[in-house]
Amino acid sequence: MNFDLKTLETDVLIIGGGTAGCYCALTIAENSNLQVLIADKANIKRSGCLAAGVNALNAYIGKGETPETFVDYVKKDSEGIIREDLVYSAAKRLNKAAKRLEALGLPIFKDENGEYVQRGKRSIKINGENIKPLLAKAVTSQDNTAVLNNVNIVDYLVKDDRVLGAIGFSLNENIIYVIHAKQTICATGGASGLYKPNNPTFSRHKMWYSPFNTGAGYAMGIRAGAEMTSFEMRFIALRCKDTIAPTGTIAQGVNTVQINAKGEEYLKDSQICSTHLRLYATVMENVKGSGPCFLKTKGITEGQQSELFKAYLNMAPAQALKWLEKNTGPAEENVEIEGTEPYIVGGHAASGYWVDHARKTTLKNLYAIGDAAGGSPKKYVTGCLAEGEIAATSVIETIETAQIHQLDPEKISKKISCIDHFFYNDSPLYSIEEVEETMQKVMDEYAGGITTAYTYSRNKLGIAAERIEELLKTAADLKAETLHELLSICEIIDRLYVCAVLIRHLEARKETRWRCYQENIDYPQKDDQKWMKYVNSIYKDGRVQILLRDLVGRDEIYEHTN
Amino acid sequence: MSILIDPAKCISCGRCCNICPGNLIETGNTDKAFIKYPTECWGCTACLKECPAGAIKYYLGEDIGGKGGYLYTKSHQDCINWHIVSSDKKRYHIQINKQESNKY
Repeated sequence: MNFDLKTLETDVLIIGGGTAGCYCALTIAENSNLQVLIADKANIKRSGCLAAGVNALNAYIGKGETPETFVDYVKKDSEGIIREDLVYSAAKRLNKAAKRLEALGLPIFKDENGEYVQRGKRSIKINGENIKPLLAKAVTSQDNTAVLNNVNIVDYLVKDDRVLGAIGFSLNENIIYVIHAKQTICATGGASGLYKPNNPTFSRHKMWYSPFNTGAGYAMGIRAGAEMTSFEMRFIALRCKDTIAPTGTIAQGVNTVQINAKGEEYLKDSQICSTHLRLYATVMENVKGSGPCFLKTKGITEGQQSELFKAYLNMAPAQALKWLEKNTGPAEENVEIEGTEPYIVGGHAASGYWVDHARKTTLKNLYAIGDAAGGSPKKYVTGCLAEGEIAATSVIETIETAQIHQLDPEKISKKISCIDHFFYNDSPLYSIEEVEETMQKVMDEYAGGITTAYTYSRNKLGIAAERIEELLKTAADLKAETLHELLSICEIIDRLYVCAVLIRHLEARKETRWRCYQENIDYPQKDDQKWMKYVNSIYKDGRVQILLRDLVGRDEIYEHTN
Repeated sequence: MSILIDPAKCISCGRCCNICPGNLIETGNTDKAFIKYPTECWGCTACLKECPAGAIKYYLGEDIGGKGGYLYTKSHQDCINWHIVSSDKKRYHIQINKQESNKY
């Protein structure tokens, strides 16, 4: 493939134009004269997890709550292992972020007193179908912000642990972009598609999380030697069966309970408030033969049913269509639920880059926000906005001391040939799709997927690690005929890097901290004496090196010292 | 694949091509939009909501309960009209005002 080379310079490069990336760009653009460039694999108008919309802002300080009680809740739900400092700093900005979204045009449901209508203590109801177009419109209306849509960033440009920018390629034209920036912000989202999905055939991309979020940001950081945290705290969603539509809309919206096939409520009081235990209880009902499990909706009113149809059409139309296909609805039939395959998502769990209070990573001049930043679970939409604002503020305050440095031409040439060589590989024995499916099968069977009820053992992880290493070698020999195939190869390689790190993190935590999320058969109990620690890692010389770190409190100002 | 584009209804505006998060849609020689990589469709319905001509149908895979029914939208400035045709040809119309929130 003959690529044209385009070299660009900007003050701030934001990789990923989803929720966090767009809001970060907007904050910088509105508060400085800095030039901002967003590079997005898709089109920012509908890219990222919010493509289809969302019907609630699930991180909000509701009536009677405070940022302190929010941190307490997240800490309890996450079995004590969170970066309290990060959760706290985001919590203090959640409501301001919601107000800002409303000012951008997002409809937020209000009661007769003009107060936001809450859905539980920490969630407010919105009409969020249009949430991403609103954010994108605000970004593109800024004079000092440019957007490169349909450009896949492959790797950072790094010199002496300092990120100088990034390199990527257009998905529409034969162009490789070399982008130098004073500061780079990773906002790429988390990783889906690591494990065999719920629906393996026709509907294999009917996932809970965007299948285009492939862990690219994590993988770039891993390859560059950034410190990562808490990959072993996976996220597994409890969803409507098959359609993978949200269950919270029903559970909180019409206040239903979870029942097994015998009609028994199976959640104990202590499990009702804990995200992973709601999932674990459901999985265990199936393991002991009392499944399938349901949300008990039978008997809800016609009005409630009608509202549920509308809610699902807005954000997960598959569920509404499924009801109509069966000529039924939630008032007539309970809704079957199941767990999804595991994901690595910093917006829900604590996985991601190890960052300081300003969301700076351990690589100089590189920030990570949103799903890419670790340590701060349950940030959801508003938490991602808050992190975008925190990083933006830090960039504005510190960028004067940063300069644009060019990477050496021979190193750029080497990077280009790393991208280009896939077009010149000989035809391999294995296809791109086969490598992806093999990776998902290995992870499912040996690294705690659906097949094993999310459990794993040291011996199984050993097999998984070996197979993932082999697949990385196989993937290097894959052949691309088109830019889209080149993208697919890059995505598989990124996922394999995430898998390699994930396996080592699962192995390192010798306890079971979060049921299902991290279910170690060799160590089935929680061990607070030894494991109130963050499991972190650095990829160096082809190996994942694990390091354990002490917990950080909510009032600490954590700065990197290494 | 969970999206079908009807070339007879497509007005070649290109909006679905620009909006697809996976860059899966393009226009061919006839300028009609088509799905380049059908097996990778996520079913996010971004294209469906963008189409001004009601040319894009969304349907379920047989493996998750599809029987041949489908839905399409007609989006206006203030509302989205959802048109649903079930497998037994029953038709439903649900209008959702963009400025009114969901109850749930």
